[in-house]
Amino acid sequence: MNRETSPLAFDTGWRYDPAPESTDHVTIDERYGLFIDGGFVSPRNRRYSESINPANEKVLARVAEAGAADVDRAVKAARQAYEGVWSGLAAAERGKYIYRIARILQERAREFAVIESLDGGKPIRESRDVDIPLAAAHFFYYAGWADKLEYAFPGRRPRPLGVAGQIIPWNFPLLMLAWKIAPALACGNTVVLKPAETTPLTAMKFAEVVRDAGLPPGVVNIVTGAGRTGAAIVEHPDVDKIAFTGSTEVGRLIMRSLAGTRKRYTLELGGKAANLIFEDAAIDQAVEGIVNGIFFNQGHVCCAGSRLLVQESVADEVISKLKERMETLIVGDPLDKNTDIGAINSAGQLETIRDYLEIGKAEGADIYQPSCRLPRKGYWCRPTLLTGVAQSNRVVQEEIFGPVLAVQTFRRMEEGLEKANNTPYGLSGGVWTDKGAKTFRMTGAMRAGVIWANTFNKFDPTSPFGGYKESGVGREGGLHGLDAYLALD
Amino acid sequence: MTGTPVLPDLARVPRVDEVGVAERVARFRTRSIKKSSKIHALKLALSMIDLTTLEGQDTAGKVRQLCQKALHLHEGLPELPHVAAVCVYPTLVGVAKRALAGTDIAVASVATAFPSGMSFPEVRLAETRMAVEQGADEIDMVISRGAFLAGDYRRVFDEIAAVKEACGEAHLKVILETGELGTLDRVRRASVLAMHAGADFIKTSTGKIQPAATMDVTLTMLQAIRDYYYETGRMVGMKPAGGISKAKAAIHYLVMLHETLGDAWMTKEWFRFGASSLANDLLMQIAKQQTGVYQSADYFSKD
Repeated sequence: MNRETSPLAFDTGWRYDPAPESTDHVTIDERYGLFIDGGFVSPRNRRYSESINPANEKVLARVAEAGAADVDRAVKAARQAYEGVWSGLAAAERGKYIYRIARILQERAREFAVIESLDGGKPIRESRDVDIPLAAAHFFYYAGWADKLEYAFPGRRPRPLGVAGQIIPWNFPLLMLAWKIAPALACGNTVVLKPAETTPLTAMKFAEVVRDAGLPPGVVNIVTGAGRTGAAIVEHPDVDKIAFTGSTEVGRLIMRSLAGTRKRYTLELGGKAANLIFEDAAIDQAVEGIVNGIFFNQGHVCCAGSRLLVQESVADEVISKLKERMETLIVGDPLDKNTDIGAINSAGQLETIRDYLEIGKAEGADIYQPSCRLPRKGYWCRPTLLTGVAQSNRVVQEEIFGPVLAVQTFRRMEEGLEKANNTPYGLSGGVWTDKGAKTFRMTGAMRAGVIWANTFNKFDPTSPFGGYKESGVGREGGLHGLDAYLALD
Repeated sequence: MTGTPVLPDLARVPRVDEVGVAERVARFRTRSIKKSSKIHALKLALSMIDLTTLEGQDTAGKVRQLCQKALHLHEGLPELPHVAAVCVYPTLVGVAKRALAGTDIAVASVATAFPSGMSFPEVRLAETRMAVEQGADEIDMVISRGAFLAGDYRRVFDEIAAVKEACGEAHLKVILETGELGTLDRVRRASVLAMHAGADFIKTSTGKIQPAATMDVTLTMLQAIRDYYYETGRMVGMKPAGGISKAKAAIHYLVMLHETLGDAWMTKEWFRFGASSLANDLLMQIAKQQTGVYQSADYFSKD
């Protein structure tokens, strides 16, 4: 690069006017109870907590805090529905219900997208183009499997497990709900699901969908609350299977609690994915892939490409192009159709991210952030690069779960591979190269559940997803996702 | 440009991933441009048009009409910019020049055996010189796609450099005819070649071959322009041509330009639309923004 040349300017001329998605068509109740046995009920202890909009810190709704007694009620309803109706229903009939859910989600997609962005802070472009369509796609996909399970496992006799307890995170609320509920129902199980305490609203709206689809009462139960509610589900003796997505820390607690029980479990936990850029990669597209890898959903993505490993011969070029690209990212109102990076999900998460930036600084990292303006109210974090960091730095080893990218370089392929694998996690990874042979060598040798070549953060219901090492146990999605909800004789 | 142009090392030209380009382009298309930022874009697009007629049946009368349109886009709408240029065949440059005398609308002429380029080098250079003598301010040349596809980069490079010299003071736009190049890798390579050979602008298409301008091709060329700028410090202009007839598409192009090359390129000095029917759709949208309703196409003069 010619150092005399002045850098391109992106903020001196044309600015896009606000283009907010309308919220007129959305109704959010003041208060939500628990969805148990086909209807909304109050929690026994009458306790409610607030769900707030992280973009302006305003309260959106009050949501029930389920106690152990409520969870027991939900599990009983699920058991009753399992034994009374669902497990005996013809598989094709089960499929019809799931198709119906999928179609209703599609019809109400706009409403769900707006609520997802209001409650979680993610840009409407993502909730509209990724979260909601993918959630519907999961229901469509697993609806199709409902009456074909024998063909998925030839020579075996697949049977449902019973009642599944499911606990999902706040980063993709409706999508994670779909990942959990769709295969469970298709396989003939009934469910008790707990959404995250900061993002319960699309799950409550989903309860309406379940009701409108005419599902037999008790097949789907949704109980809201925080960690203690989740623990009550995990510890309930009549739950046959636990499916959890969340932090490795909580995953450990769950595993400990389940040890010695007959309960089956799948855990989808944290990650610190390496995104490797080789010198022969299509650099401009790789830069875009880095941006999608780490800044998608504010970096609140367990499979985010949060470690950039770039070959030394192109490192300067990649980093300067990346910085320039970051100048054009629009941070702000999640409901604005032009927003690229929305609000951080909660005050607590923002605190965590800030702590890590401090740790990075103390460890000697160079911190780069673009000059974008931030709204005054709400929780915000500029997209951030940490350069000058090493494998031994905490910001390279630990999951930050925010729009923060740690950048390292490598010289030879072996060195890149070693750095990529030198982590307690193994959920995802990325390889950028123009050489097919290199792609196959790398993807074969990287220890991670999903590895993308010349792209990143691509999801599809047909593709299994899950981790190595501390990133989890079991697989969700695709044919593998059925296995997690079936006993195979 | 100073000194003799030197053929660049094309092995060092970055590769282009077509899937990635398509994704980036899709993202530009999701930008929602409203209110004053939309009016700004519509007027800017209007000011960047090379109003074009390139048909075998063109006459002096047709070109005079086109110039009249260039000068008077729509009398009913206040504060409209002029288009940037009119673009005609070499034999009609004189007509256009006279019709536009005293205005700041440039006259562009295609040359070098447009649209195929399949003529003798001497003929192509002579045509360029004659068009400039007739008063052309800008020359839109075509590259020898056959030579390029055969890997004879030296020949293509020398041809461009020679045409640039023949242009004298006139600005040179180099048409890559990307519809015949086939891959974005080749588009990127041809862009680098043309810029190093002295192009003031690089241009996608003649409009005679399908596909003409696409956003994917244009993004690839814009990225080549950016890298060339950082390498040499010289700004090169961009002209997508053919197939851009709707205001909405034009706004998407401007979003892409804005987010790839930034504010410095957002003028007619550095970006042009080669189009014949785009102007009226822009006018219709501007009228809609000002009056709140769409008017019939009959209220906008065709040429």
